[in-house]
Amino acid sequence: MADEVKAPPANFKVTIDNITIEVAPGTTILTAAREIGGDVTPPAMCFYSKLQGSGGKCRTCLVEVAAGSTADPRPMPKLVASCRTTVMDGMIVKNITSDKVKDARAGVVEFLLLNHPLDCPICDQAGECHLQDLGYEHGKEGTRYEFPRRTFEKEDIGPYIQLHMTRCILCYRCTYVADQLTDKRVHGILDRGEHAEISTYISKAIENDFSGNMIDVCPVGALTDKTFRFKNRVWFTKPVDAHRNCENPKCCGKTTLWLRGEEVFRVTARKDQWGEVQSFDGKPGWICNTCRFDKKETKDWTIEGPTLINRHSVIAQGHYVGVIKPKETLQEVMGGREPLLLMDIHDVSEVNKLNIDLSKIQGPAHSNDFNK
Amino acid sequence: MITFSQEKLAKVAELISHYPQGRQKSALLPVLHLAQDEFGGWLDTPVMDYVAGLLNIEPIEVYEVASFYSMYNLKPVGKFMFEVCQTGPCMLNGSDNIIDYIKQKLNIKVGETTADGMFTLKTVECLGACGYAPMMQLGKNYREHLTKEKVDAIIEECRAKAN
Amino acid sequence: MGRKLLLEKAHVEGIRTYEVYRREGGYRSVEKALKMAPADIVEEVKKSGLRGRGGAGFPTGMKWSFIAKPEGIPRHLVCNADESEPGTFKDRYLMEFIPHLLIEGMIVSSFALGSNASYIYIRGEYAWVAEILENAIAEARQNGWLGKNIQGSGFDCEMYVHRGAGAYICGEETALIESLEGKRGNPRIKPPFPAIKGAWERPTVVNNVETLAAVVPIMNIGGEEYAKIGVGKSTGTKLISACGNINKPGIYEIDMTISVEEFIFSEEYCGGIPNGKKLKACIPGGSSVPILPQNLLLTTAKGEKRMMNYESLSDGGFATGSMMGSGGFIVLDEDQCVVRHTMTLARFYHHESCGQCSPCREGTGWMERVLKNIETGKGKMSDIDLLWDIQRKIEGNTICPLGDAAAWPIAAAIRHFRDEFEWHIKNPEEAQRRNYGLAHYADPIHVPTPPVTA
Ligand SMILES: Cc1cc2nc3c(=O)[nH]c(=O)nc-3n(C[C@H](O)[C@H](O)[C@H](O)COP(=O)(O)O)c2cc1C
Ligand code: SF4
Ligand code: SF4
Ligand code: FES
Ligand code: FES
Repeated sequence: MADEVKAPPANFKVTIDNITIEVAPGTTILTAAREIGGDVTPPAMCFYSKLQGSGGKCRTCLVEVAAGSTADPRPMPKLVASCRTTVMDGMIVKNITSDKVKDARAGVVEFLLLNHPLDCPICDQAGECHLQDLGYEHGKEGTRYEFPRRTFEKEDIGPYIQLHMTRCILCYRCTYVADQLTDKRVHGILDRGEHAEISTYISKAIENDFSGNMIDVCPVGALTDKTFRFKNRVWFTKPVDAHRNCENPKCCGKTTLWLRGEEVFRVTARKDQWGEVQSFDGKPGWICNTCRFDKKETKDWTIEGPTLINRHSVIAQGHYVGVIKPKETLQEVMGGREPLLLMDIHDVSEVNKLNIDLSKIQGPAHSNDFNK
Repeated sequence: MITFSQEKLAKVAELISHYPQGRQKSALLPVLHLAQDEFGGWLDTPVMDYVAGLLNIEPIEVYEVASFYSMYNLKPVGKFMFEVCQTGPCMLNGSDNIIDYIKQKLNIKVGETTADGMFTLKTVECLGACGYAPMMQLGKNYREHLTKEKVDAIIEECRAKAN
Repeated sequence: MGRKLLLEKAHVEGIRTYEVYRREGGYRSVEKALKMAPADIVEEVKKSGLRGRGGAGFPTGMKWSFIAKPEGIPRHLVCNADESEPGTFKDRYLMEFIPHLLIEGMIVSSFALGSNASYIYIRGEYAWVAEILENAIAEARQNGWLGKNIQGSGFDCEMYVHRGAGAYICGEETALIESLEGKRGNPRIKPPFPAIKGAWERPTVVNNVETLAAVVPIMNIGGEEYAKIGVGKSTGTKLISACGNINKPGIYEIDMTISVEEFIFSEEYCGGIPNGKKLKACIPGGSSVPILPQNLLLTTAKGEKRMMNYESLSDGGFATGSMMGSGGFIVLDEDQCVVRHTMTLARFYHHESCGQCSPCREGTGWMERVLKNIETGKGKMSDIDLLWDIQRKIEGNTICPLGDAAAWPIAAAIRHFRDEFEWHIKNPEEAQRRNYGLAHYADPIHVPTPPVTA
């Protein structure tokens, strides 16, 4: 009978780049794509699944919806932000199989890099910067922007966190951390448009118990750990998983220690393959400032073993314990696909010019190896 | 100490009552207008902190808003502010000449205040008076169909008012 | 002479006061509406074919029928009086001269939507207009048209004026709602739409001033009668704010059956171009819509007379047409420079971008800088294609339509006036001294076929 009400399917079928999976209703396209994994997953610079309200701003995750649903198979007229669009049953999504998406994404990457200082060689985030990864994979060589880059006045935001506003991509993640994790937000977005910036307005210290998590969520090197700064490059340190019994009930106590020999150079939350803080028992594993900034000796920690780095960033290309260098060609390793781009760092960096070749520097590179 | 008069505080309470219970932050824009009028035509940090206290919100929430909207001045301004529109329709009717004329007449650049603290010249984007161009905003009112003669008269008028 | 529904009484002496307004037949529509079922009012508005006058032209009755009605949660009507689109100044006129018309329309609409607290969000610069509205609201309340139990109907409604503080983006409805909540005017990411979760997470309808005012004549003459005025899907009357190089700039109420040519040249409307100059180009619907050269403005690519209505103005799509938009009609005479005019618009959008999403935040400033180079004699030929590419990468890829609004004027200027841009670049010094003039654009017979681009 026509008036027989069909129960909605328990799961929605969604097809992304010709791969079909089933997900629960309410799942976003991005989350569905993450379940598939690999190249099918759009890059996400502002969305952070553990922060409510995040996403929608950077536009790197734009995808094409070729069919809205089985019920209404019309395509969506515009590309949509996959991080904020929920799937419908029978939806067909194109990410890397869409030329429109590739074109738009290259545009977004260009916009994001437009005013970026490209100071990777002196940036503490180098090696684990999502913008660096994005630039490698989707960017073009050189810039078409012929105007002076935006600069900001330097602002001191306390003893733990360093703010480099020129590197900020205004993902708003750190403001959500302050709103959702700390009891008082003292920093925010000031001014508007191109002049918008992260600031406390009158140089206040950001000192709340959980403020350090802002460093972990920052996708670029705009917020970095002052206690780690200038000490080392990430790829010369060895990450190990560790934990301690933290007194703070809101702190998960599970961390990654970044070691060189017996020295703890840095403590961070544990990250998953999307660069987000890992969840334990369904709860995001945020850590407190005591664990992050004050426990800098191996005896403070119980070490579990080496951290698996599974992000495709440059640190993953490093030389870690137990990692065997593949003998096969790249295509074989990558399941038949060509790497999107192989790039020489000299092409993308304005600071690391040939005359200060990284390889010519003895030992680990320090920021003062480059005369800014 | 920065405080509103009893009368202004009553106005603040009235403004808050326009919005749903517990949503007193909604009154932020109107209260900032009040504060700017009351405390010298601009919003100094202590003034914004005071407003934050009145509405029971964090100071950063006030800074974020005050720095977003172009009508709030975060730096001191002259007694009279000439805000001349320079967008397309006004440009078609010679707003550039009016701006040049004011610059020359007051001997200041755009964004500057005269040495006596009387006049500030600012260029602004469309104020919704395109049919009466060129125009400027002066205090709470618009001055439209500007000519050099009218600008002279306005400057005289302001000087007279200040004395 | 076209029929006037909104401004008919605007020049009656003292119409700003309640007394005169009421004597002239004001508030009759409220009396009528309160005796009807709210759903029937929505039906009446649907029948009228009224389309939103804020720019997008979305059917108002349909918009109203989308509002969610969850049990126990208040709903709100918010009037969008932010009016900041360059070329648009019609709402100000309406509110300044005949404020009770808006209030009357808002009471009826509030009743139809079940809003017990309605807001007028007015741009901050219109400070004196806000005072006029506040006085009118007070008068309406004194006379029992607002407050508790309006005219014994059992319906309660309060109305408040909320002044913005200088931000074009707050005209976008979700930015407006954020601003109403005392926040930065950052547009929200949709869904959820305001009709489900708007101001304070409550179902909210945002309508333009003119839209809400038009509800009054719709109630008075009936939706069907209203729909008879105009043509096709362009029903009723529309306020056009005309400016730029015309003899009689100002606000005109038209019934959408007149031609663009008549509108510009007849004595009843703009009165032609001053000083005997020729018409060069026109932006017919506020700064965001495509600019058209004279030939395409007066005649569509099909060779038909272009009319002042939604369909005809958009005939030909963006390749050869434009849009009704907000009704901000900007006329350029033969001595105007399209490059310079476009540069001021680029500066406007750069200045007004909220900065939330990367294409608009970074792209609007970039476009302004490139245009400024061209305008001041520092341009390169490749800059034109660069501009085209930047606008293309902004359009459609942003959170809110401000990105599109910034891209369209530049795309259209290049599409129709490319040789003027080239002339600027090739003759940097001469371009500082004189303008390009008319070229072949003033030839109404020759209709070029520009490259069709999506
Ligand atoms: C950037 C931007 C600015 C806008 N400015 C206005 C405005 O000033 N006034 C207005 O009524 N609508 C404006 N709108 C349209 C509103 O978002 C909304 O569509 C309109 O208020 C709905 O009312 P309507 O259906 O009565 O037209 C703007 C939209 C955008 C994207
Ligand atoms: S500082 Fe980092 S986390 Fe904060 S908005 Fe900028 S890029 Fe995002
Ligand atoms: S398109 Fe522009 S104005 Fe709209 S949300 Fe993005 S940055 Fe803000
Ligand atoms: S991750 Fe989706 S828009 Fe930034
Ligand atoms: S362009 Fe100047 S008021 Fe609109």
